[in-house]
Amino acid sequence: MDNILSVLIFFPAIAGLLGFVVDKSSARVYGISVATVELLLAIWLWMSFDGTNAGMQFIELIPLVPDFGINYYVGVDGISLFIVVMAALMTLLGMIGMSIEKDIKNMIISLLFLEMTMIGVFVALDAIVFYLFWELSLVPMLYIIGAWGGPLRIYASIKFFLYTFTGSLIMLVGLLFMAYLYQSVSGVWSFSITDWYALVLPVDYQIWLFLALFAGFAIKVPMFPFHTWLPYAHGQAPTIGSVILAAVLLKMGTYGFVRFSLPLFPDASVIMIPFITVIAVIMIIYTAMIAYAQEDIKQVIAYSSVSHMGVIVLGTFAMNAEGISGSIFLMLSHGIVSGALFMLVGVIYDRRGTKMMSEFGGLASVMPKYALIFGIMLMASVGLPLTIGFVGEFLVLLGFYSISPIATILAGTTIILGAVYMLRLYKRTFFGPITNEKNENLPDLNGRELTALVPLVAIVIWLGVYPKPVLEPIDTSVKALISFMHEKAQTAEAKETIILSKTIKEAK
Amino acid sequence: MLEPINVSLASLNLVTLSPMLIAIAGGLIILIIDLLKDGLHKSLYVMMTILILFIDFGSVMGLNVNERGFFDVMLIDGLSIVSQLLILIASMLFIPLALTSKRFHEYSYPEFFALFLFMIAGFQFMVSSDNLILIFVGIETSSLSLYTLIALHNRDNAIEASIKYFTMGALAASFFVMGSAIIYALTGSVELYQVADVLQGRIDEPAVMGAILVGSIFLLVAFGFKLSLFPFHTWAPDVYEGASAPLAGYMSIVPKIAVFVVAMRIFGMYIDLGIEWVRILILVLAVLTMTLANMMALVQQDVKRMLAYSSISHAGFVMAAIALDTTKANTGVFLYYGLFMFTNLGAFTMLWISRHKNNVHHDRFDHPYEKFAGLVQVMPMGAAVMGLFMLSLAGIPPFSVFWGKIYIMSAAVDSGYIWLAIIMGLNSAIAAYYYLKLIVYMFLMAPSNDNKTVYYNITKPLMTIIGIAVVATVSSVFFMQPLISYIFYMVSASGY
Repeated sequence: MDNILSVLIFFPAIAGLLGFVVDKSSARVYGISVATVELLLAIWLWMSFDGTNAGMQFIELIPLVPDFGINYYVGVDGISLFIVVMAALMTLLGMIGMSIEKDIKNMIISLLFLEMTMIGVFVALDAIVFYLFWELSLVPMLYIIGAWGGPLRIYASIKFFLYTFTGSLIMLVGLLFMAYLYQSVSGVWSFSITDWYALVLPVDYQIWLFLALFAGFAIKVPMFPFHTWLPYAHGQAPTIGSVILAAVLLKMGTYGFVRFSLPLFPDASVIMIPFITVIAVIMIIYTAMIAYAQEDIKQVIAYSSVSHMGVIVLGTFAMNAEGISGSIFLMLSHGIVSGALFMLVGVIYDRRGTKMMSEFGGLASVMPKYALIFGIMLMASVGLPLTIGFVGEFLVLLGFYSISPIATILAGTTIILGAVYMLRLYKRTFFGPITNEKNENLPDLNGRELTALVPLVAIVIWLGVYPKPVLEPIDTSVKALISFMHEKAQTAEAKETIILSKTIKEAK
Repeated sequence: MLEPINVSLASLNLVTLSPMLIAIAGGLIILIIDLLKDGLHKSLYVMMTILILFIDFGSVMGLNVNERGFFDVMLIDGLSIVSQLLILIASMLFIPLALTSKRFHEYSYPEFFALFLFMIAGFQFMVSSDNLILIFVGIETSSLSLYTLIALHNRDNAIEASIKYFTMGALAASFFVMGSAIIYALTGSVELYQVADVLQGRIDEPAVMGAILVGSIFLLVAFGFKLSLFPFHTWAPDVYEGASAPLAGYMSIVPKIAVFVVAMRIFGMYIDLGIEWVRILILVLAVLTMTLANMMALVQQDVKRMLAYSSISHAGFVMAAIALDTTKANTGVFLYYGLFMFTNLGAFTMLWISRHKNNVHHDRFDHPYEKFAGLVQVMPMGAAVMGLFMLSLAGIPPFSVFWGKIYIMSAAVDSGYIWLAIIMGLNSAIAAYYYLKLIVYMFLMAPSNDNKTVYYNITKPLMTIIGIAVVATVSSVFFMQPLISYIFYMVSASGY
C-alpha cells in the first residue's frame, strides 16, 4: 500500500466525522476500535518500512495550489516513523485509560481529530501542509483542556492557544520568506521541504530564518523562557489532555528543529549552538529546581517534562549522529514515560480528587501494583540504565561532549536532579505509614488501567534493554542528515562542528 | 454656433454599460410591479432580485478585458470584472437573508429591493471607470441608497446609524471632490491615465509635489472614511450595530471591495510615479488600523460590535496590500475579500438567525456574548458552524481566510516588507483572542438563561446560505488554484 500515509492521516479524521452518528453509550468503544485500527496501520507502516533506506519513503505528491507551490506532499523517514507510531500508540492507550464520562462522545471525536493533526505534522513534507496540521492541532486541544479541565481551564486553554499561535505566525513569515528565496533562485514557487534542502543560503539570511522558525518551535517545545504556558496547560488539562500534550504535541517543536532548522540552516545552527546550549542548560537545571519545589504531583511531572525537553534540544544541536539519534530516541522515550506518568497521576486523581503530595503517604501498602508501575516509570524518567530513558539520555550527553564538556556536565545534572525530585515525590507519596485515613481503602489498579499501563511498562523495559530495532532506522536517517549538513555547510567552523561518519556502534 | 457632433453608436461601445443598465432596469421593473399590484409577498421580490443579479452576472462574464466605452469614460479592465463578479456574488448571497421566519420592517417595502439594485449599479460604476467624476457619481449613487437601506430597518438605532453614516459619508464625499479638484487643477484632466501622463512630466517641480501631497491627503481621508481606516473608523461599529445583521455583513464587504478598486487605481498611480511617501502614509494607516481595531475588538461586549471591529482590522490588513502595489498584492486584495466574503457573511447570518425583535438578553446589545453561552448544548450544529467561521476569521488553516492572509503576507515578504508581514502575523494572533472568546462562550461555558436563541429566525433559505458559506469556508483549499490563477490573470492583464 503506497498511500498508507494518507490513510493514516485521514482515517481518524473520517472516523471522527462518522463518530457524530455513533450513539453516546458506544462512543468509547468506537474510539478505542478506531485507535486500534490506526495503531495497526502504523505498525504496518513500520513493518513495511525499509530501515536501510535513509531517504523519504511512501512519498505522495498531489498538487493543491501549483501556482503558489503548495502541494499535498507527505513521506516518512527513520526520524518521523517512530514518532508516528508513538502518536498512534499513545492515543490508543490514553483512550483506554481515560476515566471521563461527561460528554464522552465529544471527547472521542476531538481525540480522533487531534490524532489526524498529530500524524499529519510528522509526515508532512510541504511547509504549508506542515503548518496547516500544526495550527489545526491547537483547536481540539483547546477544547479538551477547556471543556474537561480544572477550575482555571479556560484561562489555561486560551493561554496555550495564544502562545503557540503567536509563535507559529512568526514561523509562518519565515516559511513564506523561505519560499520567496527559493522562488527568486529557481524561478518557481515551492513550499516543499525537500526542494528547500537544495537551497544554499547566505549565513545572515540563515540566522534570521533560523530565529523566525525558532519562535514557532521554541514556544511549542517549550523552551525557557517561553515555557510558562505549559504548567498551566498541564495543571488544568484532564489526564488524557496531559498525556497527549506531553507525549506528542511537545515533540512537534523538537521535530521541527530536526526537520527544518538543521538541514535548512546548517551554518546558522552551528552559530546558534552557544545560545541554544545556554537556554537548554537553564531549562534543565532551573525547571528541575522548580519541580522540586512543587507540592502538586502533576506539576512535578509537568516541570520534569520541560527539564527533559531541554536534554532533547541539547542533543539535537550536538551536530553528530549520537546526539541527534539520541535526542530522537529521547523524544520517543519521553513520550512514553511522561505519558505513563500523567496517566498514573490521573489514576490517583480519579480515586481521591486531589493531586497534592501532602494528601498521600504510604500508598505502597494499599496499592502495590500502582506503586510498582509508578516506580518503574519514575526510574525510566530519571534515566536508570536498562530502562528506555537511559538510552536516549546517555547518547545525548555522549554526543554533546564533543561540543562542550562543561555544558555536558551541567546537563548531566539532569540525572541527579531528576532523581532528587522524583525520589522525593515517591518517598512522600508511597512510603512511610498511611497518614491520611482516606487512603486506607483505596482500590488498586483495575483492569482498564492495567490494560493501558502494562504495554507501556513492557516497552520501557524492552527498548531499555534492546533499543536496536528502533535506534537503527533512526540512525540511518540521522547519518544521512548529518552528511547532508556537512556537505551543505559553508563556513569552516560549521564543517568542523558537524561531525561525520562515527556510528553508534563504533561509539559504543 | 457649434458644429453638430456626430457620434456613431458603435464607438460608444454600449456593451460596457450593460451590467449597470441591467441592475437599474431591474430596479425599475420591481417598482413597476409594485405599482401594478399591491401586497405581493417579499419572496417574489427576493427571487426577482436574484434573477436580475443573475443576468447581471452573465453580462459581466461576457465582457472583454480592457475595453473602453462611452467616450472613454467607462473602463472595463480585469479589476473591474473581478470586482463586479465579487460584488454580484456577495449580493446574491445577501438578498435571500430577507426570507426570515419573523417579519422585519424593511423587507415589506418593494423599494428596499429597488434601492438595493440601484446601489449595486452604483458600485459597478465605481469600479468600471477611471474618470474621477464618474467614480464620484458611483460613490454617491451607492451610498445614498445604502443610507436609506440602513434606515429602513426602522429602529431608533438604525436611524441613528443611518444618519451617522450619512454625515460621515457626506464628509468623505466632499473630501473626495476636493482631492479630485486638486488633481484637476494640476493636470487639467479627471481621467486617471491622462493625469498620470501629465504628472509624469511635472513630477520634479516642487510646487507640484506639494499639491500632490495635499490632494492625496484629501483622497486618503475620503477613502479612510469609506474603508473605515483608523482614525476615520469611529462610525463603523455604531453603524454596524444599528443596521440589521445581514446588512452589516454586506457593508463589511461589498462597499469596501468597490472602494479598494478605486484606491488601487488612484494610489497605484501615485506609487507607480515613484511618490514613495504615499506608500508610507498608507502603510502607517494600515498598520494603525489593524492594530488598534484589534485592540478595541478585544474589549467589546457585543458580538456584532466585535465583528465590526474585526472587519475594520481586516480592511487594514488589505489596505497594506494596496500600499505594496505589486500584481501579487493586488491579486491578494481580491482573493482576500473573495474568501472573507463567505466567512463574514456566514458569521453575520448566524447572528441574524438568533436575532430577536427586542433585546431580550441585554438592555443595550442585541448580541452580547452571554447570549451564546453554552450554545453547543442547545444548538450543536449552530455552535459548530459559528465556531468554524470564527476559526476561519482567526486565520486557522485550512479554512478560507487563512489563504487570503498567507497570500498577502507572502506578497509583503516578496516586496521586502518583512516587518509588515510580522506585524500582520502578530495582529492575527491578537485577533485570535476575541474570536476564541466567542468559541469559549459557545463551547466551554454553561448555558446561562432560558434558551430563546435557538433557531429563532431560521428558515430553509437562510440555512442554504449558511450551507454555501460553510462549504466555501471548509473546501477553500480545493478551489484556491483556479481562483488565484483567474484573479492573477485578470489583475495582470489590466496592468496592476
